Amino acid sequence: MALKLTDLKTTAHNDWCPGCGDFGILNAIQMALAEMNVEPSRTVVVSGVGCSSKSPHFIKTYGVHTLHGRALPFATGIKLANPNLEVVVEGGDGDGMGIGAGHFVNSGRRNLDMLYIVHDNEVYGLTKGQASPTMKLGMKTKSLPLPNINQGINPLILAIASGYTFVARGYSYDVRHLKDLIIKGIRHKGFAFLDVLQPCPTYNDIQTKEYWAGEGNLDAGGKPQPRTYKLEETGYDGVVHNADEEEMEKKVQQAVLKSFEFGDHTPIGLFYQNEFVPTFGERLTARMPSYKTNPPADQEIAHADGTPLANIDKLLEDMRV
Amino acid sequence: MKRHDFSWMIGGVQGSGVDTSANIFARAAATGGLFVFGNREYYSNIKGEHSYFQVRVSKDLIRSHVNTVDMLTTFEEETIFRHALEVRKEGAIVYDPDQDTKRLDQIPTIEADVKTMLNGELAKAGLSADVRGILELARRRGVHIYPIPYTELLKGVGAKFGETSLSTLQRMLNVMAVAASFALVSYDEKLVREALKKQFRSKPKVVEMNIAAVAAAYEYMNQKFAGSFAYKLEPVKTDDVRLFVRGNSTVAMAKELAGCRLQTYYPITPASDESEFLESHAEIPLDGSAVQENPQVAEVAALQNKGNIAVIQSEDEIAAITMAIGGGLAGVRSSTSTSGPGFSLMAEGLGYAGMNEVPVVLTLYSRGGPSTGLPTRHEQGDLRFALHAGHGEFPRLVLASGDLEESFYDTVRAFNYSERYQTPVIHMVDKALTNSDTTMPKFDVNRVKIERGLLVKGPVTDAINGEIRRFQQTPSGVSPRPPLGTRGGVYWNTGDEHDALGHISEDPTNRDMMMEKRMGKVDLADREISLEERANFFGPEDADITVVSWGSTKGAILDAMDWLKEDGITVNFLQIRLIHPFPTEYVKKVLSKAKKIVGIEMNYSGQLIGILRERTCIPVEQLVVKYNGRPMSSEEVYDAVRLVSEGKAPKKLVLKHGT
Repeated sequence: MALKLTDLKTTAHNDWCPGCGDFGILNAIQMALAEMNVEPSRTVVVSGVGCSSKSPHFIKTYGVHTLHGRALPFATGIKLANPNLEVVVEGGDGDGMGIGAGHFVNSGRRNLDMLYIVHDNEVYGLTKGQASPTMKLGMKTKSLPLPNINQGINPLILAIASGYTFVARGYSYDVRHLKDLIIKGIRHKGFAFLDVLQPCPTYNDIQTKEYWAGEGNLDAGGKPQPRTYKLEETGYDGVVHNADEEEMEKKVQQAVLKSFEFGDHTPIGLFYQNEFVPTFGERLTARMPSYKTNPPADQEIAHADGTPLANIDKLLEDMRV
Repeated sequence: MKRHDFSWMIGGVQGSGVDTSANIFARAAATGGLFVFGNREYYSNIKGEHSYFQVRVSKDLIRSHVNTVDMLTTFEEETIFRHALEVRKEGAIVYDPDQDTKRLDQIPTIEADVKTMLNGELAKAGLSADVRGILELARRRGVHIYPIPYTELLKGVGAKFGETSLSTLQRMLNVMAVAASFALVSYDEKLVREALKKQFRSKPKVVEMNIAAVAAAYEYMNQKFAGSFAYKLEPVKTDDVRLFVRGNSTVAMAKELAGCRLQTYYPITPASDESEFLESHAEIPLDGSAVQENPQVAEVAALQNKGNIAVIQSEDEIAAITMAIGGGLAGVRSSTSTSGPGFSLMAEGLGYAGMNEVPVVLTLYSRGGPSTGLPTRHEQGDLRFALHAGHGEFPRLVLASGDLEESFYDTVRAFNYSERYQTPVIHMVDKALTNSDTTMPKFDVNRVKIERGLLVKGPVTDAINGEIRRFQQTPSGVSPRPPLGTRGGVYWNTGDEHDALGHISEDPTNRDMMMEKRMGKVDLADREISLEERANFFGPEDADITVVSWGSTKGAILDAMDWLKEDGITVNFLQIRLIHPFPTEYVKKVLSKAKKIVGIEMNYSGQLIGILRERTCIPVEQLVVKYNGRPMSSEEVYDAVRLVSEGKAPKKLVLKHGT
């Protein structure tokens, strides 16, 4: 039976500010899951802490709203235990690139088969608009008493350098485009990272919806030009098509170069994708072939009477004197 | 006090095979039916610093180390300087005469104050500050000195095998030192050979050469010193089925048996050994894996008949605990192992597991703290932290094992408790346990039962509108627990206070209900867990002195009790195993009959005794503590209890032994 969008909505009260970019991302996720028709009980949405991390409560799949910065390791544990689950991780930029930066880098190294969506609005919303790690140096939103004193992170470069095998950027008010990226990210074999530009109408008065729509960015004829453009419309191809070192290297370099474009001409779409890197599940299976056929969550551990199923006789025999 | 055992010590530069030689010595003794207890001490260093291994062997059960050294076996100078004066009168030192002229001031790894002390002793005796001097000092104290020319003997062995490389030959130095020691106590050479075969079972050539080295050492010692050392070590005939167990493997083996299928860790001493053991044995044979004749069928069957444990080295301990919680949410028995500094980082994750009623086991190998503290040394300084780590109030269970045998069964219990009460369980072991090697009765896997509590298997049928009331109120406080991925509905988890579905709720009435539901599970555990799993009581009902302790001091206390009994001092011993929930009523009952209570702990402040006072209002006025990083020896406990019984001990008696 096909899943309808309403099947993925909950009755939990959504308390985001009116006009919040989170709504667009939430809708895109629900649309993607409906379109993919994944059974809700086989999907787990894992989040950190912050405005955007409340998302799982609004999506009718299993939801795990975790600790600030820790969505990735929680999700890692869930996916390792049950690789048959579809795991989607969500969180803010502060959650992922600030307090959770270590997990962000190391999750890339593992390349588990999951999708990580970052709501990137350059501020810490739920604590009233402090500068987040993606905010550029010297920027001053209305929520800041003084301009930002730290350099901003380029999340795309960080993701590529960390080993994510799918790196993309979406925009929260281009819901259909975002939905397609989410579907691609879920279908990707390996760890997909999706950075989503998202206005915070309450605290970020610079990168507003109007800003991205082109306010003040006029062409020669005085017409506002949107500040985002779609990579696929320019003939850009970020996909590694052959398991060939040279091509992989080229595609990485291309994506890194592309990621420097930001501001008046900001690319969205798929920057880089490489499915030739073994996933963590494949790496574990290479070590222990039974992992694939008999992953932890599927393993019986006891007989009906409670006696253990594991047989450690050989270990004990080695120690016998 | 009369010891009937033999206490042997070997020392050397870290990374030079001290461990291997001690292991061969212990195995050879255990193969001869003797009981063995070995204790390893080492610096936080990989190569170059001094490490030593003390191995006690006896025909009677032993559970601890002692201060006294009966025989010190060395092959370099630092061990001689550091330990020569610990050897008892009539004891022995085996050494390489090539070291004779090595001077104390040339050894950079001996601390300045140790040098000052040794220089003082040597100067007082009018002796030179070199190996010759320190050995002479030992000799004057009645110690027998046995020089053995290792290099010459090794060259002889090499000649037989056409091996001339001195560095290759030197790898057999350890074995030769072990053999020389055994020759002096006339121990059966055949048993040494058997131990070697087991130690190097994958390398027959190595075994062959080492056996020749053993023979050469035996021959030399017998020729030169036959009959000169009074103690004889004799094998014992026994029908007992015993294991010789390295301390870092017991918890790991029990985790496999208990069905732990996700283990996460960040490297830390001394906890990582356990995870590495698991990683080396990550595929787990299951009961009933029948042997198949057809290889293709056999391959499929073999895969289906194998369990496996995913062992994940995480980026930090925050990730380690949160990954393990993720595994717990997915219905897999999951655990993480760490030591103090790593545990500090796990505090927030622990609270999440408590809040979301997730079963997870945290094996805590305590070591010297605070901060980095004494990374490779022993302490029981984390008990109060284990009890209180994390902000806010949430349920947890804390159990502490007293020896390696307990640590095996307790590991299984920890998982059972965590699933029965859907809560984190902290299982405390420590550096002294994990770095001890000992003989013990074979684990009885038939004693092990797996209890998964209210784990829901298969689809949920009572979801309303596709939503599962995961945190619904129940009379016991424990709700049915369908893992993530269970069909028939969905639910949510959050670190925020939440309603039955797992959605955020700040409603005060819901808050009260949820707090009471969660915290009530500790009371439930208190009512349900049997006394035999919570405390041990040793010795006579009526005794002059009642010792209260927890964790790895158990062995030293039990061994000391045997000697005290011979002296006519009666002692009984209450060992608390489940620290939280505390067995309050039982402890009150036992202590109400006590004449004199002594708290013995490996920490500064007497943490258990503080908890005991909090729970029972019973003040324990006499403390015996130790915090110099070295585990308590049975002789220290013996001396301490004697002092107490004579009324000569200060209120807080601090034990100091150790090098």
